[in-house]
Amino acid sequence: MAPAGQRQTGWWLLILPAFLLMTAFYVAPIAQVLAISFTEPQPGLGNYERLFTSESVQRVIGTTLRICTITTALALLLGYVLAYRIALAEARARRWWILVVLVPLWISVLVRAFAWVTLLRRQGLVNQALMESGLVAEPLQLVWNEFGIVVGMVHYMVPYAVLPMLASMREIDPRLLAAARGLGAPRQTVFARIFLPLSLPGLIAAGVLVFIFSLGFYITPAILGGGKTLMVAEWIGLQILDLIRWGLGTMMATVLVVTILATLAVFSRVVDLRRVFGSGA
Amino acid sequence: MSAAGHALALQGLTKRYGTFTAVDDVSLKVESGQFLTLLGPSGSGKTTILMCIAGFVAPTAGAVLLDGRDITALPPEKRDFGMVFQGYALFPHMTVAENVAFPLRVRRMGTAERAEKVRAALDLVQLDRFAERRPSQLSGGQQQRVALARALVFDPALLLLDEPLSALDKKLRAELQEELKALHRRVGRTFVNVTHDQEEALSLSDRVAILNHGKLVQEGAPTALYDRPRTRFVADFLGKSNFLHAAVQQGGAEAMQLAIGATPLVQRILPGAPHPAPGTKLLLSLRPEKIALLADGETADNMVEGRIATWSYLGAGFGLSVATQDLGMLRVTLPSWGAPIAPAEGLAIRLGWSASASVPVEEDAA
Ligand SMILES: Nc1ncnc2c1ncn2[C@@H]1O[C@H](COP(=O)(O)OP(=O)(O)OP(=O)(O)O)[C@@H](O)[C@H]1O
Ligand SMILES: [Mg+2]
Repeated sequence: MAPAGQRQTGWWLLILPAFLLMTAFYVAPIAQVLAISFTEPQPGLGNYERLFTSESVQRVIGTTLRICTITTALALLLGYVLAYRIALAEARARRWWILVVLVPLWISVLVRAFAWVTLLRRQGLVNQALMESGLVAEPLQLVWNEFGIVVGMVHYMVPYAVLPMLASMREIDPRLLAAARGLGAPRQTVFARIFLPLSLPGLIAAGVLVFIFSLGFYITPAILGGGKTLMVAEWIGLQILDLIRWGLGTMMATVLVVTILATLAVFSRVVDLRRVFGSGA
Repeated sequence: MSAAGHALALQGLTKRYGTFTAVDDVSLKVESGQFLTLLGPSGSGKTTILMCIAGFVAPTAGAVLLDGRDITALPPEKRDFGMVFQGYALFPHMTVAENVAFPLRVRRMGTAERAEKVRAALDLVQLDRFAERRPSQLSGGQQQRVALARALVFDPALLLLDEPLSALDKKLRAELQEELKALHRRVGRTFVNVTHDQEEALSLSDRVAILNHGKLVQEGAPTALYDRPRTRFVADFLGKSNFLHAAVQQGGAEAMQLAIGATPLVQRILPGAPHPAPGTKLLLSLRPEKIALLADGETADNMVEGRIATWSYLGAGFGLSVATQDLGMLRVTLPSWGAPIAPAEGLAIRLGWSASASVPVEEDAA
């Protein structure tokens, strides 16, 4: 997609001012975080040793990776279906669909998390409906566990999944699909052999974006997890603010940042990262 | 690829979008192995007709028949037609060979046979060396040939082409026209081509169908259409023409006497054509290349005097605009090689043409 190294350079130049600003306000504090993770409580690699020895550290990482993977998979699936629907819609219908997808982005994440709690709690609308229809006898535990977190996170992430996928689907020439049918391919084959491969860059981009976003989720898991299921962001907050274990907290923060950078580095080789940040073209 | 092509017929084909009629009651027949071109200005409904034939557009009324069988309701993937789209629509994520193999793959043909057919199809369009390239690494002309190979590889019943040459420059277009014509002869299939380039239509086709505002205006062999246009639109769209408004003076069995102002004209009457009564107003179409320059003392059925108003050198010929007393401005083209005069503005000349050079045409309904 970007055959010329020259185009890459141009792109980097464009973000140079932002990059300088980031250096002053982000890199400096992050460097400090990094430093603390090696110095508190004593200098050395003690905090990082915990990655291999502490069961609670491993559990929180495991939980985070599991929730993020499930969230990413579900958000991609739902997002792909939505994006496909939107990409093939008429111009007028498409504008409405995009609005519907974007509206949640303008609602505070806090409001959305509490809305889900109201819907999913034992006396909530969902449990009431399930019991009245006779599907379940007892209210289900739908919130304050991983299920609740995943529901909230998927809801939050679907728009972020839709946008890069929609951008890459809109680039597909509709005549290619007509041509494939004209050459004898039934609809499923047209989708599997033409549409899906051509929308793959958008799918991967959306996957990277959603996964990275999910790793750092704080408010949604904190509210929908009810303090019982911890993901790294909340765990870091707990270490630093409640338990005053700066060394451990900053170690995990460093691990999180490194993971995100590594993910980006790996996928920048596979896919045009400009898509991830929504440039579309 | 030796099986004969199939015959196609359109019966009263009509397509409306809301209140707008894009295709209006078009009936056409294409015999097996013929090359038919749909010709018309932009928006005349050519693509819509082709899409109805291919099955992408459902006609509002009328039927599409293949060898007498009604296929109007058949989905496109079941029709077995090869199609070359405007802009080619090659699959960008596949190589040339994979593109050409696509129709065979969806027909679940075995690997060995598939490879064999792909090679034969690429040979046919002389692209065997480019099998492993991506479409983006090919020139426009090469892409066009890949599209042709892909459309022909599965021995389609019919080949549909939507302005296959329109994206190319003039020279390449002429070259590919030749190739397309040769290809048609080699594979012996029925071709339906869409274009708004009249030269392409004349040089390629066995039959040309001329469309305007969704209606079929005239259909026939290229020479018949060019020499005997039925309406002013056809005469004007297919090549250039002078239009003369004349009044019938006196009828006759084979020719009639006409006049424009004080200039008498003779017009041959084609066998089977009507014999208009004296006083009738006629519109004549007269091709610029059918008018000759008369030397001193030379005579012709029709003669006028005039002065050259403007002229231009066209390489193979001169294009003259000649101002005349009664006939207004006449467009004349003369071969430049061995031209008897050196054109100059204001030069007085005599023009002549035979009684069968011009043809009466109908004024188009508004
Ligand atoms: N989906 C549609 N909805 C409404 N009108 C349409 C639609 N498709 C085509 N038309 C109209 O039908 C008419 C014929 O269109 P068509 O594409 O067949 O023209 P064409 O002869 O192929 O023109 P061109 O040479 O520009 O390709 C046009 O006026 C066009 O605006
Ligand atoms: Mg068209």
